[in-house]
Amino acid sequence: MSIDKIWVLAEVADGSPTSTTLELLTEARSMGSTVAAVTWGGGAASVAGVLGDFGATTVYDAGDLADALPGAPVAAAIAALMASGDRPDVILIPASYDGRDIAGRLSAKIDSPVITNVVGLTVEGDEVLSQHGLFGGAQVATARFTGERPWIFVVRAKSFTAESSGGGAAQVVPAPVPDLGASNTARVLARHVEERTGPKLDEAEVVVSGGRGLGSAEHYAMVEELAKLLHGAAGASRAIVDAGWVPYSHQVGQTGKTVKPTLYIACGISGATQHLVGMKGSKNIVAINKDRDAPIFSVADLGIVGDVHKVVPKLIEALKGRA
Amino acid sequence: MNVVVCVKQIPDPAAPQALDPETRTLVRQGKLILDDSDAYGVEMGLQLADQAAGDVVTLVSMAPNAETSGLRTALAMGADRAILVSDDALRGSDALSTAKVLAKAIERAEPDLIIAATESTDGYTGTFPVQLAELLGLPSITFAKKVSVGDGKVTVDRQTEAGYDEVQCPLPAVVTVTAGVVEPRYPSFKGIMAAKSKPLEQLTAADLGFEAGQVGAAGSRQEVTQVSAADERKAGEIVEDDGDGFENIVRFLEQLKLI
Repeated sequence: MSIDKIWVLAEVADGSPTSTTLELLTEARSMGSTVAAVTWGGGAASVAGVLGDFGATTVYDAGDLADALPGAPVAAAIAALMASGDRPDVILIPASYDGRDIAGRLSAKIDSPVITNVVGLTVEGDEVLSQHGLFGGAQVATARFTGERPWIFVVRAKSFTAESSGGGAAQVVPAPVPDLGASNTARVLARHVEERTGPKLDEAEVVVSGGRGLGSAEHYAMVEELAKLLHGAAGASRAIVDAGWVPYSHQVGQTGKTVKPTLYIACGISGATQHLVGMKGSKNIVAINKDRDAPIFSVADLGIVGDVHKVVPKLIEALKGRA
Repeated sequence: MNVVVCVKQIPDPAAPQALDPETRTLVRQGKLILDDSDAYGVEMGLQLADQAAGDVVTLVSMAPNAETSGLRTALAMGADRAILVSDDALRGSDALSTAKVLAKAIERAEPDLIIAATESTDGYTGTFPVQLAELLGLPSITFAKKVSVGDGKVTVDRQTEAGYDEVQCPLPAVVTVTAGVVEPRYPSFKGIMAAKSKPLEQLTAADLGFEAGQVGAAGSRQEVTQVSAADERKAGEIVEDDGDGFENIVRFLEQLKLI
């Protein structure tokens, strides 16, 4: 049975589909002949144009969920569509907070396993093969499902390049959420936005990140200053986020953001697998670390073995002198 | 309040990791230790439970080889008891099969709150806790960076792309915690000694009502077909800083036309 119907979980933030959503729609077009999006949040009609432009012909709309966490209700809406006879071959889900919740709920609900941390997909005949980075990206594993469809893949950001198809607006079809009882009782009481200045971490051309080698929270200021001088964004390793030096929104890596900037500068970051996964795709990498054997140097185009507290301030002065 | 903390015992991440060439799954031989990611959940459980008032913290884990050293570490931190589902038939289970098995084991502890890590350090699939919640028919709040319990409800600061949301749901519920949510305590000598006599119940898949073929590699409906070396980045230039190392970076920035 060939791969025909692909559904993409379409996540909307600030009124627009997220970049990962558009990447997945683009990939879905090349995988199957029919692409549909599943969305929620009350704005389906207003995003139907963009979703159509990237390849969706239908938008299933789980509706305005008010303050409910989307995991349980959106998964239930998808399962209800399938129970009515509308069954996709493949479901692609962005590896985001809500995406991961929806994938887990859906998997258990329809008793279908899920493959996560996907960074590439290929269709071979009636099979879909997924690619995964292992051991910090040193190896690539290929995986596949051996059971019945639908096959649920949770895909990491920036695994594909989004390209418009020029398609017309997708048709909005309601996908009501059934009554769920206890599993759908999580409610958002308040939303807090952590302000950042400058370009977004996952969209910036230059990312300057700091790690444990900075020594203390106040030294993160030089990372921010260097990022600002290069019109870039400031990032961080998980170690210093866990230590509370910087907010989680700065984290680059497996559990944080995936970045692929033109230039990535790692300051005092040793390069744990967790971190490499999130930045290894950068076009150019500069690393500054005092440990010559740090794994970060194995992916660096330019490595400076030295004290980050000496090298970075001099670099900042040199750049200021040119401004 | 009964608190269940899901813990995983994994090969020491500091040791080199390898795949079994035949099954292409992670080699889990030798001593397994408590996953660092789970130490936060154990600590959170201990802080939320009032053990002096009768609250019980139960650890629940699954392992193919009766490994208990990671559980003993968590018992030494202060957990009251442990349930280990251990069976050679469980080897090669995927996340969904694991969730089905542990859901049965967890039901026995009659939990008010179930805590798990956001994802394990070795497999980092990150789907087990939510699958578990769905199988148990419970609400779940993932990516918690702060957790409190009161009035039969759990309230969580949940990480989001933009910052965090304050989310609440009634108990019983599943909560996944991020690393750094609390500072895990080190087991004291007294704790280590006490852990040796704490109850550790061992169950097989059959004890929980599963037949061979439903769990383990046979019940897993996904497989790794191939593992190959990734395209290596070409070896870069490594320079020792002798005071003007920064100039190399300036030249690199010029080449990239970023300055």
